[in-house]
Amino acid sequence: MKRSSEPLWWSLFAAGGVVAALFVPVLILLTGIVAPVGWAGQAFAYERIAALVGHPLSRLFLFTVISLPLFHWAHRFRFTLVDLGFRGARSAIAIACYGAAIVGTAVAAFVLIRL
Amino acid sequence: MSRPYNRPMPGTWWLTNRAYFLFMVRELTSVFIAIYLVLLLILINRIAAGPDAYRAYVTLLASPGMLAFHLIALAGALYHSITWFSLAPRGLAVRLGERRVPDAIIAGSNFAAWVVATLVIAWIVL
Amino acid sequence: MADQTITLEIFRYRAEQDSEPTFQRYDVPYRDDWVVLDAINYIKDRLDGTLSYRWSCRMGVCGSCGMMINGVPKLSCAAFLKEYFPNPIRVEPLANFPVERDLVIVMDDFIEKLGHVKPWLIREDMPPLEQGEFRQTPAQLDVYKQFSMCINCMLCYAACPVYGLEPAFLGPAAIALAQRYNLDSRDQGNAQRQAVLTSEDGIWDCTLVGECTVVCPAHVDPAGAIQRAKVTATVNWYRDVLLPWGKR
Repeated sequence: MKRSSEPLWWSLFAAGGVVAALFVPVLILLTGIVAPVGWAGQAFAYERIAALVGHPLSRLFLFTVISLPLFHWAHRFRFTLVDLGFRGARSAIAIACYGAAIVGTAVAAFVLIRL
Repeated sequence: MSRPYNRPMPGTWWLTNRAYFLFMVRELTSVFIAIYLVLLLILINRIAAGPDAYRAYVTLLASPGMLAFHLIALAGALYHSITWFSLAPRGLAVRLGERRVPDAIIAGSNFAAWVVATLVIAWIVL
Repeated sequence: MADQTITLEIFRYRAEQDSEPTFQRYDVPYRDDWVVLDAINYIKDRLDGTLSYRWSCRMGVCGSCGMMINGVPKLSCAAFLKEYFPNPIRVEPLANFPVERDLVIVMDDFIEKLGHVKPWLIREDMPPLEQGEFRQTPAQLDVYKQFSMCINCMLCYAACPVYGLEPAFLGPAAIALAQRYNLDSRDQGNAQRQAVLTSEDGIWDCTLVGECTVVCPAHVDPAGAIQRAKVTATVNWYRDVLLPWGKR
């Protein structure tokens, strides 16, 4: 019997959902609002941020917080497109969505390793 | 004579009532989160490229369009978090001995973990 | 006391004379202790005997009288006129099912799906009669009891947009019923039900809209049942993939 791969994608979706729920709001706040507006002044000075991001644990954290939520998006968006009526292209949509998440994960790994 | 009548769902089904609409909003928050993650990755890449690249990108992030995007993405991420932690108990029937742990406690501990995670990240970065 | 009335707009479809459905308006007496079913019975008895609909117990336990009331799936015996008075009430057949006649839907698909999940105790071994009955503690009963409360009213199918978009979807009640047996300590049929649950158009079609649980009159929480089925199926999948030598 052909084994469905759905549990794999669903578990990535679930893990990504937890990671996104826990960490994405504060990251958006810090990198998207606090840093550009300048509220934290020296906290976002280049030397400090570069050192912070370069730490191995930071890189691991950033990889996780980028990769897993990407798979969360991929799974959710795939089903959303189906819900919006694109059911006929189901397989193509699934491949495109998970493919994008895999590419994003690879790029994140590349950037973070080379940091 | 039997000739059943079919009423197919219209493509705008998610606009027909509030619950369906909020469901679609919840699902679409993942799109904003995904776009943000791309911007985050670019930020990291800019950090790797040196202080000038970094500062140029931060300046770009301060533009009205970028700020507006991040505000919307933040709202979306918050909505994702709230709905996610509220629904989490559904998937897990945690039992302590003979009795099932009430949903409210599981949801509550999720929210508590969220607060802790937020404070830790904020403390590390700021 | 002046006799108050309330208007019901009821979906009519008679295959022998209609090619398209219509709505018919009826004015019925307003009593603040009447439910929509009382109003419909009044119409059938006094105003229009041609109206067709299902009902039985009129107290929320048989699951026969499910209808769309102002666009919301409800048991017509549980929808009080006073919640809507003085506005008119729109009554339609349960969504996502073909309409046989007036408010009567074709439920064959639902019945077939109930059968697919093998809703009976499955045993691999049958102990001899002398060993006595299967015993179950209150705690063991508690594990599945909620999912056993389903009255097969199909309100959850009417509320589920996934079922509306894809009629092949197994659906909330069938999956909750499968869970009722999977979690029963006397049952040994998990493996047999897994194939159906994890098939295409099984549990994986569900996107946790959650409306099934909201409309359920018996507090079954089918959304919860489906989520737990996903977790179980995922754990089993990883176990099979990572530890293929283990035989469950």
